[in-house]
Amino acid sequence: MDWGALHTILGGVNKHSTSIGKIWLTVLFIFRIMILVVAAERVWGDEQDDFICNTLQPGCKNVCYDHFFPISHIRLWALQLIFVSTPALLVAMHVAYRRHEKKRQFRKGDQKCEYKDIEEIRKQRFHIEGSLWWTYTSSIFFRLVFEAVFMYAFYFMYDGFRMPRLMKCSAWPCPNTVDCFVSRPTEKTVFTIFMIAVSSICILLNVAELCYLLTKFFLRRSKKAGNPKHHPNHENKEETKQNEMNELISDSCQNTVIGFSS
Amino acid sequence: MSWRFLRDLLSGVNKYSTGIGRMWVAVVFIFRLLVYVVAAENIWKYEHDEFECNIKQPGCENVCFDHFFPVSHIRLWALQLIMVSTPSLLVVFHVAYRENREKHHNQKLYKNPGEIDGGLLYTYLISLILKTGFEIVFLVLFYKLYNGFKVPRLVKCDIRPCPGTVDCYISKPTEKMIFLCFLVATSCLCIVLNLSEMSYLIFKYSIKCYWKRHIKKRQ
Repeated sequence: MDWGALHTILGGVNKHSTSIGKIWLTVLFIFRIMILVVAAERVWGDEQDDFICNTLQPGCKNVCYDHFFPISHIRLWALQLIFVSTPALLVAMHVAYRRHEKKRQFRKGDQKCEYKDIEEIRKQRFHIEGSLWWTYTSSIFFRLVFEAVFMYAFYFMYDGFRMPRLMKCSAWPCPNTVDCFVSRPTEKTVFTIFMIAVSSICILLNVAELCYLLTKFFLRRSKKAGNPKHHPNHENKEETKQNEMNELISDSCQNTVIGFSS
Repeated sequence: MSWRFLRDLLSGVNKYSTGIGRMWVAVVFIFRLLVYVVAAENIWKYEHDEFECNIKQPGCENVCFDHFFPVSHIRLWALQLIMVSTPSLLVVFHVAYRENREKHHNQKLYKNPGEIDGGLLYTYLISLILKTGFEIVFLVLFYKLYNGFKVPRLVKCDIRPCPGTVDCYISKPTEKMIFLCFLVATSCLCIVLNLSEMSYLIFKYSIKCYWKRHIKKRQ
């Protein structure tokens, strides 16, 4: 079980996402998870070993390290990425539930069911409308909330996003105020700023997606109210074509991610 | 052999689960297994090396570490994940037994071998009871072994060969406590999901039995 497994789980949701959602997923996997795994983990790898305090008093280093880093940046990012990815599972569960219902209808031999076989149901892409719209919008809302909460937690815990070179510690059993030196502070600051910047981009993408969905919802409502004789088939064909193009673009990006994750 | 094996096993179980069962599998995969592999394992990686006692007496650190951590948190966590996942195999074995029976008799004995009814319902309920039982046992074990879910910064040790009462410092106590709380919270969530699934199944099949009897009486 690793990040590659999460990619497999979320990859299924990609089919039913909007274009912005697909971009968000690509940014998440390439600029956040991949950077965390191949770069950030190495930078923070030796963090306690190379955290040095100017004292020989046993226990002082442990206590000071624990005081200044209640939870390591790396672990906080890992938790943030897990929490931010999971609302997409709500959409996956809703789609699975719809597919299950359609399969049940098909097996019962329902006249209303328009599918020729079970394979068609399995491969079918659902449009984001009706109850799926509410699930999708809620998942984006939760994503935004989790991103904001973790960014705030980061800012609050570490007094900003800068990693200082030197910290002064006077926690017992340190004999007096002792100088403690953090390893690789500049590199850590650079990566922290990078991760914060990409989080902000993800927040913007989520806000844009939310606005797009709300706009689409209100436009559809006003169309239905103004023009009850609209033709859904023509609209659906155009959307399907656009979705296929978007999928081709995002699949080619994600194939590079799969290579790295495995 | 790695966690991938457990993941593949549980993915197989997913096919025969209820909706709540699938939620349980998702919670175990993402909030327990994934968090364990990508975050928790690294926190406890050098726990023995970073455990420091205020004494130069050889052997004192080893003895004190062993006294305060008879089984490391992380190993207990891994054992809990394995024990909690394996009762689901009972369901897989029962379904495989049904399919084998059909093959052996060369006729359709069940409407759908994977459907939760008859004997499979009892197997499923037993697996849920076992899962819940294991969760509670491990939570109690954690609580008893470590006097709660707190990880102190300092522990006082006076076991031979330590000359007197010696101060020993645990590494990353706050981070360990945060992840232990996370472990407890997800365990409790899984217990709630298991109990809901049990209630749902018992309720569903009681209603089914009631309707069958009602229809028979009418006839």
